[in-house]
Amino acid sequence: MFLARVIGTIWATCKDESLVGATMQFIQPLDRFKKNSGEPLVAIDTIGAGPGEVVFYITAREASIPLRHALSPVDASIVGIVDTIENY
Amino acid sequence: MILARVIGTVWATRKDDKLQGLKLQIVRPVTLDYKDREGFLVAVDAVGAGVGEVVLVVQGSSARQTAATENKPVDATIMAIVDKLDVV
Repeated sequence: MFLARVIGTIWATCKDESLVGATMQFIQPLDRFKKNSGEPLVAIDTIGAGPGEVVFYITAREASIPLRHALSPVDASIVGIVDTIENY
Repeated sequence: MILARVIGTVWATRKDDKLQGLKLQIVRPVTLDYKDREGFLVAVDAVGAGVGEVVLVVQGSSARQTAATENKPVDATIMAIVDKLDVV
């Protein structure tokens, strides 16, 4: 799992039918000090994260698991909202 | 998923049998303000996107998770056409 900040929302009417009703958010990957690292990507949001919030997300085929749909083309999915990060 | 623009179409007569009937598009990754990024990739079109449209491309094994690409040798699929972006 990786850290990211939600930076935007996407509207797409024409999409795979397994994704109808799903929210798609733009996320900016972060390092453990909440600094930007890498290029933004699009992730499915099943937990209701808002813009500006720090979240953690999963990638690859596992990302379709939160959708509970047998066949959904998703390679990134937000699975939690971060409250705090403690670095040692 | 990544944000990309459709910039071309690929025709291939000789290909894996499972790819028969699929439409192959050339897509170029773009930034949040629709500026071109480096590189391009060939993706199967599962939603009927046209040249010039901004789309979402799913990569890796998740690319096989649509009705059009299930169990086919595919690693990038266009699965949504972007209507609007709202970036904070």
